[in-house]
Amino acid sequence: MHLALFIVFAVLCVAGALNLLLQRHPINSALSLIVVMSSLAVLYLLLGAEFLAAAQVIVYSGAIMVLFTFVIMLLNAGKEERTHGSKLAYIAGFPGAAALLGLLSYIFLSRRGEFGQARLGEYLATTSDLSRVLFRDLLLPFEVTSVLILIAILGAVALARKEH
Amino acid sequence: MSPDLHLWLLPIVPFAGFLVNGLVGRKLPKAFVTTVALVASLIPAIQVAGIVTKFGSLTLPHVENLGTWITAGAFHAGFAFQLDQLTLVMLCVVTGVGFLIHVYSVGYMVEEEGYWRFFAYMNLFLFFMLTLVLAENFLLMFVGWEGVGLASYLLIGFYFTRESAANAGKKAFIVNRIGDFGFLIAMFLLIAHFGSLSFSSVFSQITARPDWQGGFLTAIALFLVLGATGKSAQIPLYVWLPDAMEGPTPVSALIHAATMVTAGVYMVARTHVIFDRSPLALTVVATIGVATAFFAATIGILQTDIKRVLAYSTVSQLGYMFLGCGVAAYSAGIFHLVTHAFFKALLFLAAGSVIHALSGEQDMRVMGGLRTKIPVTFWTMTAAVFAISGVPPLAGFVSKDEILYQAFIAPNGGKIFWAVGLLTAGLTSFYMFRLWYMTFFGERRAPEAAQEDNHGAPVHARSDTKLTLEAEPHAHPVHESPWVMLGPLVILAILSVIGGFMGWPEALGGSNWFTHFLEPAVQTAHLSYEQTSVAIATGAAHAVPAPTPAGNHHLELMLALTSTLVAFLGWLFAHILYYAKPALPARLATQLHGLYSLVRNKYWVDEIYGALIVAPVLFIARWLLGVLIDRAVIDGGTLTAGYTAQGFGALVARIQSGNIRSYAGWLALFAAVLLAVSYFGLTAHFSLR
Amino acid sequence: MVPIAYYLVLSAILFSIGVAAFLIKRNIISVFMSIELMLNAVNLAFIAFSRQWSQITGHLQVNGQIFVFFVMVVAAAEAAVGLAIIIAIFRARNTLNVDQIDLMKL
Repeated sequence: MHLALFIVFAVLCVAGALNLLLQRHPINSALSLIVVMSSLAVLYLLLGAEFLAAAQVIVYSGAIMVLFTFVIMLLNAGKEERTHGSKLAYIAGFPGAAALLGLLSYIFLSRRGEFGQARLGEYLATTSDLSRVLFRDLLLPFEVTSVLILIAILGAVALARKEH
Repeated sequence: MSPDLHLWLLPIVPFAGFLVNGLVGRKLPKAFVTTVALVASLIPAIQVAGIVTKFGSLTLPHVENLGTWITAGAFHAGFAFQLDQLTLVMLCVVTGVGFLIHVYSVGYMVEEEGYWRFFAYMNLFLFFMLTLVLAENFLLMFVGWEGVGLASYLLIGFYFTRESAANAGKKAFIVNRIGDFGFLIAMFLLIAHFGSLSFSSVFSQITARPDWQGGFLTAIALFLVLGATGKSAQIPLYVWLPDAMEGPTPVSALIHAATMVTAGVYMVARTHVIFDRSPLALTVVATIGVATAFFAATIGILQTDIKRVLAYSTVSQLGYMFLGCGVAAYSAGIFHLVTHAFFKALLFLAAGSVIHALSGEQDMRVMGGLRTKIPVTFWTMTAAVFAISGVPPLAGFVSKDEILYQAFIAPNGGKIFWAVGLLTAGLTSFYMFRLWYMTFFGERRAPEAAQEDNHGAPVHARSDTKLTLEAEPHAHPVHESPWVMLGPLVILAILSVIGGFMGWPEALGGSNWFTHFLEPAVQTAHLSYEQTSVAIATGAAHAVPAPTPAGNHHLELMLALTSTLVAFLGWLFAHILYYAKPALPARLATQLHGLYSLVRNKYWVDEIYGALIVAPVLFIARWLLGVLIDRAVIDGGTLTAGYTAQGFGALVARIQSGNIRSYAGWLALFAAVLLAVSYFGLTAHFSLR
Repeated sequence: MVPIAYYLVLSAILFSIGVAAFLIKRNIISVFMSIELMLNAVNLAFIAFSRQWSQITGHLQVNGQIFVFFVMVVAAAEAAVGLAIIIAIFRARNTLNVDQIDLMKL
């Protein structure tokens, strides 16, 4: 059962990712990405990260991707044209990506035994577990991230303002 | 206990003068430059005078060690000055005549732009010459040797904007260099055989070994002779001296008459210990000397530029000094050096006075009738002409005669030397009186006389202009020089007249003080040249010290009379050709056209050297080394390296295309590489063991 | 019962697809989205590893998930600023084509 769930949502992830890759219009890519993120949220749940699954949906799919969609619509991005870019990207990049995939897969699959098995329902990380760490051990970084977000807001506003 | 004479001060004071005048003299008034220069040349003269008074109380040779220069393994060379009779004689000449010429130059160079530069270089020359004379080892002497060559170059090329002057300076320096090469080889051989360059060390090692004769000592001596021929303008390296007349006249007087060119003679006398062991080297010296003397005299009889005549005369008289040294009569050679310094410096300075009087004219063919117009110059020059011609009892007679006598009694062909030397004395007398008559007697000749082909050569370009390059012989009236120039002339004239008395030979009633004074310095304590040659001739294992034979006074008297006769004969011929029958020389020239042309063109020696030596060297330098190696190999190599780097740079620069996707491509590729490297532990190979 | 290695392989696959998308896409917003995809893949890997670590030590380890938390924060901030920059670029050059925004070169 666990395995079946995993496979379904894993396939969904990959399919969405491939669709992001293959679509020409950015809005299609954005929607595919939302599919990927939602599937990933389910996978987090399967791994026992409840809070993060929720955060994934709320923050990632719900905020960041909406932002993307807004910008796509604001800038009226259309279908991509086929422009001549850099052949180098293909010559060096694809082998690189392929090598990365191959290498990582090899590493993980060859050590399959060390990683063990994940059972559904074990080691659930509740919100209180996370917040215990966040607000005690990592309080300073937590507060700093709020400053970071503030700066991001200011930066975004300053950059995107209309020039007068 | 020998008192400390502060010998190091002698060269340092002129050097300080050079520094001051050289660094700040340009901006300061002429009076300041004059004062510094005169003081810097007077103080050494005064110090030498002081040394003379203390001379009796010194233990000789008096050595003052100033410190170590080189220590390399067993070899050691130091800064050390020494003083003995020979040094003292040279010091007197250098500082005394040097100072007089400095005084003269104040008047002569007064209108020059480079006044400060001139005196700076003159002081620099004094510094180097004094170093040369005072040096206690070959290395320090070589420093002075090279340095006077440098000063000579700077002063010959004083009018450096004139191409002929610059070329003359270069020629002097380069020809000198060839001689210096010989000196260097000699020094290397000395280090190899004696392990030291110090005079005392080398000479004591030689005198301790009576069986050392010839062989390597001959080699050393011959290389030293090469150096001496370069510096003292003997065959084959004399060619620079006539060209050196491009420099100002005081320079010719000081450097190319009295002091620098005598350095070769001094060096031979100083190293007489080596020469005494090598009869071959001495014969070479004597042969070169007498051949040069004769050769230069023949050229001198046909020159038309007053300074050129004196230049060839200098070469000729230096030949006499070499002859003296070549028959192991070193004190005779040095004596002639001293008297020559007097009258040759006087001749040059007086010639300068004549040139000054004529506002720059140097060609004798347009001179004449100056006797009444510049009387002081005339009388002082007369004294010099009589002295150099060997008219008794003036200085030149005594010293030249001493050499001729010593040559006559020398073994191994001395009589031939004597004969050629006598003939040369006649020629000397002839051309000096010719100069005398052409310059001072008769009527003043017009400039057109120079263009007339009565001597078969074009007008010689004047090389000593101070004001303009065009001759204006009638523009300024002929005037006597100021007393600052005439004073030294008078002093030198007096010395030329009475200077001979310090070496007046015993045959004529004198005590020959000079030779006896110098004896300890130039006579080998152990063996003399005669004894060595006797030993070699008889095949003895080593020479036996034998008492030197007493001179033959009767012979000396006869030889002196002969020389006097020859001198007067020379005067007579000059009188006939240039005073009584002035048209005669032109007729003789046309009759003996071939010979005349050969001598007039100085036997084409410069041209021969140019074709045989200079042209090939230039060819090699310009084409083989210049184009082939310099441009192709060296430039090519560096340019290739540069272009390669540029090429690589251009290749690598293409990575920065500005295109994000290519950047991403590289990133992905190398991320994979890094991952592989770190996972598979390839970095472990680089860990420290 | 799913081997954790499978989660990691999935993360690797998603990451590689993200890299490929980065290389292929010409619209700058699409490129940006591929970056977000890569970040997500990494998040998955973090959580898988934190699960593995919990299983090794025997009790719950949340540090991996804390990391993911911070990654999300940073991704949000970065997305905001990045999109603002894209808007600014669009205003300046009137194009969203990555190949035509190449002024930073030699």
